[in-house]
Amino acid sequence: MNRLQQLFENKKKDILSIYYTAGYPNLNDTLTIAEALEQAGADFMEIGFPYSDPVADGEVIQGSSKQALDQGMTLEMLFAQLKDLRKTVNIPILLMGYVNVVLQYGVENFCKKCQEVGVDGCIIPDLPMYEYEELYSECFKKHGISNIFLVTPQTSEERIRKIDDLSNAFIYLLSSAATTGKNLDVSANARAYFSRMRNMNLKNPLMIGFGISDKQTFDSANEYAAGAIIGSAFVKNLDPQDVVGSVGRFMKEFR
Amino acid sequence: MTNYFVNDKGYYGDFGGAYIPEMLYPNVEELRQQYLKVIKEESFQQEFRALLKDYVGRPSPLYLAKRLSERYGANIFLKREDLNHTGAHKINNTIGQILLAEHLGKKRIIAETGAGQHGVATATVCALRGLECVVYMGEVDIKRQAPNVARMKMLGATVVPATSGSKTLKDATNEAMRDWINNPEDTYYIIGSVVGPHPYPDMVAYFQSVISEEAKKQLAEQTGKQSPDYVLACVGGGSNAIGMFYHFIDDEQVQLIAVEAGGKGVDSGFTAATTAKGKEGVLHGSRSILMQTADGQVVEPHSVSAGLDYPGIGPQHAHLFKTGRGKYVSITDDESLDAGLRLTQLEGIIPAIESAHALAYLEYMEFKGGENVVVCLSGRGDKDMETYMKHFNL
Ligand SMILES: Cc1ncc(COP(=O)(O)O)c(C=O)c1O
Repeated sequence: MNRLQQLFENKKKDILSIYYTAGYPNLNDTLTIAEALEQAGADFMEIGFPYSDPVADGEVIQGSSKQALDQGMTLEMLFAQLKDLRKTVNIPILLMGYVNVVLQYGVENFCKKCQEVGVDGCIIPDLPMYEYEELYSECFKKHGISNIFLVTPQTSEERIRKIDDLSNAFIYLLSSAATTGKNLDVSANARAYFSRMRNMNLKNPLMIGFGISDKQTFDSANEYAAGAIIGSAFVKNLDPQDVVGSVGRFMKEFR
Repeated sequence: MTNYFVNDKGYYGDFGGAYIPEMLYPNVEELRQQYLKVIKEESFQQEFRALLKDYVGRPSPLYLAKRLSERYGANIFLKREDLNHTGAHKINNTIGQILLAEHLGKKRIIAETGAGQHGVATATVCALRGLECVVYMGEVDIKRQAPNVARMKMLGATVVPATSGSKTLKDATNEAMRDWINNPEDTYYIIGSVVGPHPYPDMVAYFQSVISEEAKKQLAEQTGKQSPDYVLACVGGGSNAIGMFYHFIDDEQVQLIAVEAGGKGVDSGFTAATTAKGKEGVLHGSRSILMQTADGQVVEPHSVSAGLDYPGIGPQHAHLFKTGRGKYVSITDDESLDAGLRLTQLEGIIPAIESAHALAYLEYMEFKGGENVVVCLSGRGDKDMETYMKHFNL
């Protein structure tokens, strides 16, 4: 059982995960932010490795990715920054990014490095289920890396069941079909969709993400899922002059 | 025999597939399940063919360019896609896709555009069918293709500038994909080339295949021969090239030559010569060849021609390249402009700078004499007058 699976075993409600972009706001903030997040009470985190063409992302994460790349961030550098991660950080860590960067690094190499530095799982939004099953799943399993799939309000029940079968940590429920950084839609439709998901009795816990920005949206997500994921709102709040302080101030609202 | 076309998994050899985030899955899956069925329907075919004939003005002529032929010592035929309504091959595809979009009950159409030709072709069919149209276009391209921006606006489309990255075609495509993610139910994305997730490359190839379907017949009528010796076309994403190759791909006597944009030179750092500079990877939903760093970041391309200013090629091209079935070459900015001027003065035809890349490669070919060569003249040069004027001090 990896740290992620352990977390969901022990905690069933109110789980908070934070996304941020590696190499942003300053190139060497990656580990500092991870440590500050654990200190401030995050349950786990997703570290984005930047990509030049992030089609699933809105302006904030496009911006942080671009700045990180301009500052010289690469996947290779991220693994170097995370070399001693497990000396100071205990909570689960996911890496999140686009498939082309993983392909160039080499899938086997990528999984090996993840395991070496103590990464527990990955979210690769543009890696399709078919390709994952055919070409990646074995390697992920071998290195104990959980692959996280996304589900949207338009995902069919049949496909959700399939995703549930292939998942071994949690399922990432998108609040709506949207790029990152939109506000959570807590309309009747969204509530109906969250309830439908909850009532499917899936084997994997659900985490709601995309559009969670404050305590109120976090709480409404928590009514339906094991917890929620905050990305753009957190990234927007990072102060390059006072990274640790800005992490702490942001987290106060939740913890 | 090698299969050069798509298999049932959406792949061309090692290339293709549908690398899309879950948010796009239902849209792309709907298309995958429907496109072959709809396209095969008698009613679809009738309407598609009728519009190509009466609205686009097809068949486009296959013109034996006499003075050009004299220069090269071979029979140079031009497939005159520049004479199509809206001035390029792009309309063949938008006619097909708009009919499909209607069939799927979509009300809002989005598109990306580089040179603006695909944007104009999309805005045109939207006006024709009374559908809402939003076109994403890089800020740089909006400036260098101003006449096409005005045409799109006049046709009732909303033109949205893409301000990220190099502010050209790649970035416009990113923005169109983001729009589609945010509007999953009522919106149809008309992709303008043989790129994107399966089934787009196959679908666009089919709609453009009318180019070689006609050329094959016309060549037989004019020369008595079924197969030309060479066919040439320029490659941005590769739709006019696939259309020009399509009915000759399995005829291995025909040499397929694809001309990429070399920009300021393949090794200048300002190029869009994808097969020369690229590596295998994933861009805009398919596995193909693209220009990228060792870290997998997409490299900003450069070409004087907005329509070729793209860091990738369609997956079928990647397959034709890797198997050696097609020959992939490149032509620089300056060579293409010279070729544009040459065609203008020898034949009285001002070509699009994209198409001029294909023409320029004739300078590098050696002929024994009497070979039949078909060049796809993918578009006319009206949109490029400002670039020609600046370059030649006209
Ligand atoms: C006249 C013309 N030719 C060629 C192209 C390149 O596209 P493709 O490679 O898909 O044919 C364009 C694109 O805008 C164009 O306008």
